[in-house]
Amino acid sequence: MSLLEKNVFEIAEAIRAREVSVAEATRACLEAIERVEPAVRAYVSVDADGALRRAAELDAKLQAGETIGPLGGVPIAVKDNMVVRGGETTCASRILSGFISPYDATVVERVCAAGAVVLGKTNLDEFAMGSSTENSAVAPTRNPWDTERVPGGSSGGSAAAVAARLAFGAIGSDTGGSIRLPASFCGVTGLKPTYGRVSRYGLVAFASSLDQIGTLTRDVRDTALLLGVMAGHDPMDSTSVDEPVPDYLGALDGRDLAGLTIGMPVEYFGAGIEPETERAVRGAIDELRGLGAEVVEIGLPHLEYANAAYYIICTAEASSNLARYDGVRYGLRARDEDVLGMYQTSREAGFGPEVKRRILLGTYVLSAGYYDAYYLKALKVRTLIKQDFDKAFEKVDLIVAPVSPSTAFKIGEKVSDPLTMYLTDIYTISLNLAGLPGLSVPCGFDGKGLPAGLQLIGKPFAEATILKVGHAYQQATDWHTRVPPTAAVGNGGA
Amino acid sequence: MEYEIVIGMEVHVELKTATKVFCGCSAEFGAEPNTHVCPVCLGLPGVLPVLNEKAIEHTVRAGLALGCEISTFSKFDRKQYFYPDMPKNYQISQYDKPLTSSGRLPIVLDGAVKEIRIRRAHLEEDTGKLIHLDDGTSGVDFNRAGVPLLEIVSEPDMRSPEEAVEYLTRLKTLLEYLGVSDCNMEEGSMRCEANVDVRPKGSERIGGVVEIKNVASITGVRRALEYEFERQRDAYESGGTVERETRRWNPDKQRTTVMRTKEEAHDYRYFPEPDLVPVVMPREEVERIRASLPELPLVRQLRYMKEFGLSEYDAGVLTAQKTAADYYEACTSLSKNPKAVCNWVTGDLFRLMKDRKVGFDELKITPKMLVEMIALIDAGTISGKIAKTVLEEMFRTGKPADAIVAEKGLVQMSDAGELEALARQVIEANPKAVADYRGGHRRTFAFLVGQVMKLTKGKANPELVNTLLRDILKG
Repeated sequence: MSLLEKNVFEIAEAIRAREVSVAEATRACLEAIERVEPAVRAYVSVDADGALRRAAELDAKLQAGETIGPLGGVPIAVKDNMVVRGGETTCASRILSGFISPYDATVVERVCAAGAVVLGKTNLDEFAMGSSTENSAVAPTRNPWDTERVPGGSSGGSAAAVAARLAFGAIGSDTGGSIRLPASFCGVTGLKPTYGRVSRYGLVAFASSLDQIGTLTRDVRDTALLLGVMAGHDPMDSTSVDEPVPDYLGALDGRDLAGLTIGMPVEYFGAGIEPETERAVRGAIDELRGLGAEVVEIGLPHLEYANAAYYIICTAEASSNLARYDGVRYGLRARDEDVLGMYQTSREAGFGPEVKRRILLGTYVLSAGYYDAYYLKALKVRTLIKQDFDKAFEKVDLIVAPVSPSTAFKIGEKVSDPLTMYLTDIYTISLNLAGLPGLSVPCGFDGKGLPAGLQLIGKPFAEATILKVGHAYQQATDWHTRVPPTAAVGNGGA
Repeated sequence: MEYEIVIGMEVHVELKTATKVFCGCSAEFGAEPNTHVCPVCLGLPGVLPVLNEKAIEHTVRAGLALGCEISTFSKFDRKQYFYPDMPKNYQISQYDKPLTSSGRLPIVLDGAVKEIRIRRAHLEEDTGKLIHLDDGTSGVDFNRAGVPLLEIVSEPDMRSPEEAVEYLTRLKTLLEYLGVSDCNMEEGSMRCEANVDVRPKGSERIGGVVEIKNVASITGVRRALEYEFERQRDAYESGGTVERETRRWNPDKQRTTVMRTKEEAHDYRYFPEPDLVPVVMPREEVERIRASLPELPLVRQLRYMKEFGLSEYDAGVLTAQKTAADYYEACTSLSKNPKAVCNWVTGDLFRLMKDRKVGFDELKITPKMLVEMIALIDAGTISGKIAKTVLEEMFRTGKPADAIVAEKGLVQMSDAGELEALARQVIEANPKAVADYRGGHRRTFAFLVGQVMKLTKGKANPELVNTLLRDILKG
């Protein structure tokens, strides 16, 4: 069995047992990247030297009898909108070209303290704005299940890297579905934790009130392991919540779901969803019922306004967050006659079309005279959506839904139609508006052999509950164990 | 027609905290450019602000001292505009939920007290500073970026440049008293902008309010307001209008010039800062801060007038600086002569301290030592003139007055027999002066007194010398 067939949990165990060295595990990933990466383009940058150096250090520690942490020696990938000290962070944007971070993101610090080896930075839609990873200034990432198709976005690089076995696990970020959607399109497990559960310090902000860092892994157990390391209050992030971090691995207790009530929002199964996707999701819900859970229908009446509210709030925040990229202190600087000219030329050359569209939209909705009609109204809708969920959670322990109305679409299929593209996130964005945790697990395949995802939505800080359910589901099914054709292991291989 | 000026002030003061408002960098003034910086105050990708609790406490202190209401719930907002001294191209400030609002600051002009209403006092972050270099390029120093800034906005309640100057002086004294700011206009820790409107006297009309920026001293404020009053009045009198605009004070040319017209005004696109949680200020915390406030300068001034019988002016001088007032009161608690203490503190002591650039924290003369010296004068042991020498010596050496007097033999000569002999000696040696005096030139008397003082090296009791000389010359 190839080393790469192991997941995070298993490779960490093998390293701890000294069956595999960190260097071997790291080299296996680097070799896989060399072979498969040209077909997938999951990474923006790979730091082979740094990773091997780090692996040697960890092996030396093991040699000396030291313990190296719960992620000891596990090579992982980090989405390129989180800073790693000493290396380039591009956000897949020209505007940040040449920017080297002098500090580590808190999550990077935490996974490294737990022994992880960072292989490199994964591709994304520029500044995490997109649902397909096509809006990358580098190149679009391709879906390992069908390289003519998108991997989803914006954490498409992280999802594709995990699916194609180019890393044992990956860190991503989710503002409107950017972890769950690519996890679903690539057949991997993706978690967006509760807003405030994981520190955002060092995550390059897209929309601060919606952004949350999470994981992309092969299965739920790996998710629980990584989340346990990443979660917890950070004094550098005022919005990170000082709630105790439960034992997520301990919450995965078998496959009996008796006593749990699961809500099924009728609005999520209306018009727009592809029949094959709906069939897969409904099949998964039947499976959960079979494991002992009670499934009841619930209503989330304000769902239809979620997209509109989301695209006002996220663009407003983005227009502000991206104002700092002006060519004055770092990144791309165009020459011009005066300061204003320098700003304009640098930003014109530095940002791609989707980012510009969102900056313009966001600037507009915050302008004098429009604020109340757009931004303020959107905040009110956000409150209503939160209340919908609060009300639902009075009756149910968790909510199930599809992740996306369809499976992966073709590269180029939706780029010219942003409104259709925005609808890809219709089932995921309401969680960001409400700050809730969401888990995406593979739940079947369509006729084209493309994976579909089931979304498990939890109460605030109830990650343990959705992980427990996701784990039970994966105990009972094998969708998550399927290997895409363009992967570094198994019948695939490039 | 008679016109009047209507003035509202916007004052920014840097709060005196050890660290910046949203990161751990030092907030100290005067360091080498870009040495007090970190990823957060440089606005690097991925950073987040974390609120400095001390800055909140200072804001509440200032708000309470200004009689403001303190909001139990307030929040931060982003004020957005592009400028190279702004690391994020937005400033974290407070828009519709300031920490403190609706206060007042009493000012005193010609003995009358007038209350200037305070609209709000809120917390925000300072920007960096542009440095224009000789080679035509510009640099930015971000040391100042993120230093906590308190913005105090008054209502348009001032009706003369003098009132505005008095308002600023009172505000400066108050904030220094509270220990929340140095209010140093030269170092830029206090900056002010004025909103000016000129209208026919008695009218309630609000016209084209002009905002004046770039005033770097209190004198500058007075001159700028005087200039602006004349400019706007002349415009109206010649049948013109005054536009709503922002003007810059040019201290070299002593006039204001247009900086931004109404059309060029910024749309700041304020919205709630999503990276910070709202500030919740419990009532008990507000009361704790209120209880820790010192006696405010105006209250103290009025008490000094009543309790120590000081003039408004003297009481004002003493209470203008908290350290001076504290020193004065430490003296009065030991002395029976608060007026003499006031004269010595505001006179010779202030002069010495100013000349030698010594602050109260370094002063060697303790209140006890000063009071003992005054007691020596009151007891007739030394003259007031000798006391000046003694004070200087105390200032230099830190020795007590009695030791200096003994050491230098400065005890006043009050032996009438001894002094009479010296007086006769002087009269004999100066026949012309004596003749002039008797001929009606009364001024030569002072010369004769001076001669006696000279013989005694200044130690003679001057009153006794006067009496003796007068008696002898009469006889």
